[in-house]
Amino acid sequence: MANQQPSSGNPRVDVAYRRKKSAEEMRYQIVSFTLMIFLTIVAFVAVGYEGFSGWFTVPFILLLAVVQVIFQLYYFMHMSHKGHEAPALFLYSGVVVGAVTILAFTTIIWW
Amino acid sequence: MSTYAQKKGFGAVLWDYLTTVDHKKIAILYLIAGGFFFILGGLEALFIRIQLAVPNNDFVSAGFYNEILTMHGTTMIFLAAMPLVFAFMNAVMPLQIGARDVAFPFLNSLGFWLFFFGGVFLNLSWFLGGAPDAGWTSYASLAMASETHGIDFYALGLQISGAGTLIGGINFLVTIVNMRAPGMTYMRMPMFTWATFVTSALILFAFPPLTVGLFLLIFDRMFGSNFFDVANGGNTIIWEHLFWIFGHPEVYILILPAFGIFSEIFAIFSRKRLFGYSSMVFATVLIGFLGFMVWAHHMFTTGLGPIANAIFAVATMAIAVPTGIKIFNWMFTMWGGSIKFTTPMLWAVAFIPSFVAGGVTGVMLASAAADYQYHDSYFVVAHFHYVIVGGVVFALFAGAHLYWPKMFGTMLNETLGKVTFWLFLIGFHLTFFIQHFLGLMGMPRRIFTFLPGQGLETGNLISSIGAIFMAIATIVLLINVIMTQVKNEKVGNDPWGDGRTLEWAIASPPPFYNFKQLPLVRGLDAYWLEKMEGKNGMTPAEPLGDIHMPNNSFIPFVISLGLFIAAFGAMYRAETSWGLLVLILGMAVTLGAMFVRSIKDDHGFHIHKEDLMDDDNDKGVKA
Repeated sequence: MANQQPSSGNPRVDVAYRRKKSAEEMRYQIVSFTLMIFLTIVAFVAVGYEGFSGWFTVPFILLLAVVQVIFQLYYFMHMSHKGHEAPALFLYSGVVVGAVTILAFTTIIWW
Repeated sequence: MSTYAQKKGFGAVLWDYLTTVDHKKIAILYLIAGGFFFILGGLEALFIRIQLAVPNNDFVSAGFYNEILTMHGTTMIFLAAMPLVFAFMNAVMPLQIGARDVAFPFLNSLGFWLFFFGGVFLNLSWFLGGAPDAGWTSYASLAMASETHGIDFYALGLQISGAGTLIGGINFLVTIVNMRAPGMTYMRMPMFTWATFVTSALILFAFPPLTVGLFLLIFDRMFGSNFFDVANGGNTIIWEHLFWIFGHPEVYILILPAFGIFSEIFAIFSRKRLFGYSSMVFATVLIGFLGFMVWAHHMFTTGLGPIANAIFAVATMAIAVPTGIKIFNWMFTMWGGSIKFTTPMLWAVAFIPSFVAGGVTGVMLASAAADYQYHDSYFVVAHFHYVIVGGVVFALFAGAHLYWPKMFGTMLNETLGKVTFWLFLIGFHLTFFIQHFLGLMGMPRRIFTFLPGQGLETGNLISSIGAIFMAIATIVLLINVIMTQVKNEKVGNDPWGDGRTLEWAIASPPPFYNFKQLPLVRGLDAYWLEKMEGKNGMTPAEPLGDIHMPNNSFIPFVISLGLFIAAFGAMYRAETSWGLLVLILGMAVTLGAMFVRSIKDDHGFHIHKEDLMDDDNDKGVKA
């Protein structure tokens, strides 16, 4: 369940169908990989360009980081496929708990 | 390995339990270890009540009282209640979902041994220079000032046993997500399994903050960092937040399995389907979710400001709603049922008013403005003992009676069980009810003695007398256990006669592979459905085949032992020459054992179909 492949692994399943699925999968991978490289370059440029102040650069590259994490999870770690509902649920629950903790620390302890 | 039971000597049995990866045997280990620590924590409670029985008492000194009080809380929460809850989860949950074992039997064993060595380490502090003395919450301002090694024992011991708990929780999650029998959808899972699921999720999210907090404490005390050192720019409030972000979900980690056990009991002994099953599931999940939004109600007087206090007060009161849903569902389950007042049922019925009383004082404490009055008084002590004893401990007693036949194949004596119940119930209310009023009269918590002539004498004496009743009740239970095991009268599948869920469909205790053929689940209360259609067992969902089983392993014990040794090294590193050496040695043992585990392939073994066919009469699922 956790490692569901685009093909079922069953030799009786139509080979042509599996090839098509794999090709589609590969396309997604390459597109998202290119995008991630592009976002990384953008991040470096943003830091390197002297016209931006830190108040713009830091939130901007954090935003890019979040986008990259989503790409990573959904395209390279296959969360976009079926059968990943439970991991997704726990991932997002963890994000919520972590976010609440950070919110509390930044609002009522430190500042 | 043969499927036939063989008569074994003591050494062989001991070795079997040291190396076992079978969830049923690990459950028994959790039960024994948890029971031992429960008695230890109970003795500490008795010492507290003896000291406070009369004014100006000098039964123990002030410093020693702090140690007893700290260890009572720490032991009861981490080393008694949690492992006992884990005992029932291990014993029952895999059977309820129709699985042959948990998803990771090796990790299950590792989780137990980590907990066990952590607990032993913590309690060795009594013999090695003094126990921790900063309260079970170990607030950093006190903990940093403590001069003995007590706090080091606390931080290291809980770190080790906490890792075990985390491993156990993840294991249960994976088991429930992946190993349900054919037909066992999420909304057909028994309530106890649901409770286990939500509890495990809470463990997954709540224990990391504790781990972080404990590491900060360890670094500050043993390795010279300054997280909590105000003079160097640290902040002790960080500990309070980290502790309670863990600590509040922790109390739900304890109470949700208790709710699960009671849900089973109400349905079984009212001989009715649980009322409002889906709302029960919803309420359980909602309690789990809200449990993470309320931790700061333990810190209203820390100076969070009115906005934060108001938010956390409202969030806390919101938890009363799903809890109320559950209470009404239990009452409607009994309504119109054909009720049998067995020992577990008595505990369950007594639980409702006791727990509601604790819940009501909880709402009182949740009002931030009023909390300034109640804070750090005996009112708080009364409140949390009403929910934890009236909820969790009642459930553990009830669960012990209910599941004893499933775990050991024998029935605990009902008469003695009822004696235990009445003694404990009377003792419990005698001890803790009066403490509400002691608190309102101004008695602060955690004081080691009080003066005469302040109106506190009678209340404290009554409270101490109640504690004696609870002690006697526990002794009666122990006598009951010994008598039952000596007599050793074996019982069948469904000794209560009204079992509803899958665990009652197989032998007591179940064979080591649980289900010969995985059962087909056709609805909620799967076994009850089959019984109502006149069948005497579950319909198998698969043909009889070879069963793949894991091999026993001694490695979990060694991994845990290594950390136990390393903890001594970490603690004595600064002041002795051998400390660092021991630390490295211990880590080497642990990492070496993990390395062996990684490179040595262990494929387990198969029970062959032919062996399974031989003992068709009394084991496994009847086809």
